[in-house]
Amino acid sequence: MKSNKDIAELLDEPACEHNKKEKSGCAKPKPGSAAGGCAFDGAQIALLPIADVAHVVHGSIACAGSSWDNRGTRSSGSQLYQIGMTTDLTEQDVVMGRSEKRLFHSIKQAIDSYKPPAVFVYNTCIPALVGDDINAVCKSASELWNVPVIPIDCAGFYGTKNLGNRIAGDAMVNHVIGTREPEPLPQNADYKIHDVNLIGEYNIAGEFWQVLPLLDEMGLRILCTLSGDARFHEVQTMHRAEVNMMVCSKAMVNVARKLQKEYGTPWFEGSFYGITDTSQALRDFAKSLNDADLVERTEKIIAREEARIQAELEPWKARLKGKRVLLFTGGVKSWSVISALQDLGMIVVATGTNKSTEEDKARIRELMGEETLMISDGSPKALIKVVHDYKADILIAGGRNMYTALKAKIPFLDINQEREFGYEGYQGMLELVRQLALTLESPVWKAVRAPAPWKSKLSSALISDEMNLISEVNHG
Amino acid sequence: MAEIIKRNKALSVNPLKASQPVGGTLATLGFDRAMPMLHGSQGCTAFAKVFFVRHFREPIPLQTTAMDQSSSVMGADENVIEGIKAIAEKSNPSLIVVLTTGLAETQGADVHRNLREFREKYPEYNHVAVVMVNTPDFTGCVETGYAATVYEIIKALVPNATEVKTKPNNRPRQVNVLVSPTLTPGDIEALRDTIEQFNLRPVFVPDISNSLDGSLTEDDFSPVTIGGTPISELKTLGDATATLVIGASLQKAGDLLKEKTGVPTYQFAHLYGLQANDDLIITLANISGQPVPQRIERQRSQLQDAMLDTHFMLGQLRVAIAADPEQLNAFSHLLAGMGSEIVAAVTTTHTPVLANSPIKQIKIGDLEDLEILAKQNKAQLLIGNSHTVASAERLGIPILRAGFPLYDVIGGYQKTWVGYRGSRQTLFDLANLVINFAHEEIEVYHSIYSQKFDVAGHHACSPSCH
Repeated sequence: MKSNKDIAELLDEPACEHNKKEKSGCAKPKPGSAAGGCAFDGAQIALLPIADVAHVVHGSIACAGSSWDNRGTRSSGSQLYQIGMTTDLTEQDVVMGRSEKRLFHSIKQAIDSYKPPAVFVYNTCIPALVGDDINAVCKSASELWNVPVIPIDCAGFYGTKNLGNRIAGDAMVNHVIGTREPEPLPQNADYKIHDVNLIGEYNIAGEFWQVLPLLDEMGLRILCTLSGDARFHEVQTMHRAEVNMMVCSKAMVNVARKLQKEYGTPWFEGSFYGITDTSQALRDFAKSLNDADLVERTEKIIAREEARIQAELEPWKARLKGKRVLLFTGGVKSWSVISALQDLGMIVVATGTNKSTEEDKARIRELMGEETLMISDGSPKALIKVVHDYKADILIAGGRNMYTALKAKIPFLDINQEREFGYEGYQGMLELVRQLALTLESPVWKAVRAPAPWKSKLSSALISDEMNLISEVNHG
Repeated sequence: MAEIIKRNKALSVNPLKASQPVGGTLATLGFDRAMPMLHGSQGCTAFAKVFFVRHFREPIPLQTTAMDQSSSVMGADENVIEGIKAIAEKSNPSLIVVLTTGLAETQGADVHRNLREFREKYPEYNHVAVVMVNTPDFTGCVETGYAATVYEIIKALVPNATEVKTKPNNRPRQVNVLVSPTLTPGDIEALRDTIEQFNLRPVFVPDISNSLDGSLTEDDFSPVTIGGTPISELKTLGDATATLVIGASLQKAGDLLKEKTGVPTYQFAHLYGLQANDDLIITLANISGQPVPQRIERQRSQLQDAMLDTHFMLGQLRVAIAADPEQLNAFSHLLAGMGSEIVAAVTTTHTPVLANSPIKQIKIGDLEDLEILAKQNKAQLLIGNSHTVASAERLGIPILRAGFPLYDVIGGYQKTWVGYRGSRQTLFDLANLVINFAHEEIEVYHSIYSQKFDVAGHHACSPSCH
């Protein structure tokens, strides 16, 4: 089990601006009125997309039983990450202290059945509480069977999802990154090729594949995306990148910071949501690599892509212009999606910030002005109230809020990791507008908001009029 | 009859099982203005919530005691007491059910003491029913967690006949119906129709057909369940003329209700297939003193006709099933009645009902076990939840989706399986899945002397290589 000190150290993140200030999301959760996942949830979300690893959840069934096979992330090759593995601890294991032994045999079984390049072991509440030494089990399993076995000590009660992301990142820095060298760079007569990493890119619905061709064209070799469509041997080589891009929130910023500290790799933060941000991210890559030729070629790619997508978006813009959006999502998405929506001429009336860092909030102010409404109360009731008060046409939020919105008969777009559609890159904007128009323009809203005809005053008046008519006719 | 093979490997691969707290949550969601609260870390609740949101496509009320590092080590009594208080204060519920998780049980939580402490500390919430249930996830499954919760709710909230002077048959038309998690909202609706046809008034306990049936309400939002069994109704159970217990897993809860109320109780392991529904209909006819309505007789003969029509496809069909024990037993009887053969059966927990299943062997295991058995024994069709879709793909056989969770289809929660009509539809669905390829086609043979010149290269190569 991690000590309070270990947890405090993980929470202390110098590269994170909110470090200086108490953040609402870090406040102690209140029993009976809390929402959100746990550290295990966060760690699993962060690492599960590493496709060829055997992900073993060490715990009782509630941890893996309700959560395996629950990700929108896609792999271009190995599908091993889709196989749910858990020690499924029994009462006997817990009472008799047999859980370490079960874990040890489980690792062996995973290696024998699936021959993975590595095994990740996720520690959960019960083994943490009874004091299983998963570091020792992983170490001896690793030595005995000659396969890297990586302990990820992420018991749920350690804290929030966000902490779980950090724990996951920490485990990669401490146990995986720097354990292998990349293949030599391919030689290219026309331009220089650079090694880079993306941290916090999860390839939801395969959306990163809409960006990757452009990075290829620029001559950027992605050593690793932590962790969408990644392989274990790619994570091992992350220390050799010339620059790192932090893609999604500050959740794994500890990875970027530690890579900078240990290997001197510079990093920048960016997003592939929206035209403006996608172009900016490509520019930032070129700029930080100090390659004049790359800067020039990048500008050409941007100009070409922007012109192409703007033309394709034109007919959609007219349909979406002026529509009012309530955005409720955490972290980087709270500002990166704003820019995407503003690109379309939509009005973001308010945004959620309960998972955002101070820096995220500053960016929101930059984009939306000082007066912007930032919502930290994410309770369904509060969200619906804001939708009504600010006359929002649509709620854009995580899937968890989807049925809240639908019950209140409010148009909805899912933006979180469980979604089925990819919105990244220039091309992703087309999918985004299609989905926005699909729900906003749907004829169902009118049908579900109208009362049954026998319940509305107007129609009952009509019916009684008709009755009068009939009786008049009869009299006549 | 069935031989039970226990778990014999360390690692569970592609688990079939979901946890007891998930089952307890489902039972609680079948009561009106109810709020389940899992006593564990926040993730326990988040995972269970997502599980049900994906299955029912509804907002799911579910809270957490939010155990953190300190309370996990030092004790979490305060979390339970303050958690109950917060819900009682904010959401004005009729019922709060606290379900323990493995974490709380390992720590040694005593939630029953916590409830006494809560009552002492906050008497102003005495009108809110609170029930504590032990549902550690290191034992049991959805079905056992659900059964334990129904048992504890009856224990705590149904008054003893001797104390409140309820008397069986005071309400001669009322029939109590305890329903297990095998029944969908669609099943409960169908069952209500059937019982009402005998001029009886069913009180379902719990009743997810009235809370998780997917309907729009006037209110934009409710923090607790809308619909489900009203808590006040529990006081009337002792006046009913009979109790029907649907589902083998609820046997103990049914026995307890009988003990408390003295109301005659009729237990049914399941309602799949002709025989099981005949038992139900005879019982209803006896209770009501009414002849079986013609509509029901018609439905029975429709089922018989469907059995004849589908036995060509389902006879000798080799079926693989992965389900919680009660549903596994139900399907095994339905299929055995059609002449099918269950060649791979995997379930989550060993419960008494398995002993009576017409299956040679039942494995307590996971979907990896299922795939291995199905492959070994050449299964032709798979029955299981949405997780087993990938198994069916790997096995290359069709799948009938049943159980929890069903997240890759819309409206799975509404499908009706029980009754003559539900059974008939199930037979049609099963038959349609195999109608075109359960039997093996005879391979084309080309004569070496053939004069059929439209078959390209028939002399050189078998047709399969084109």
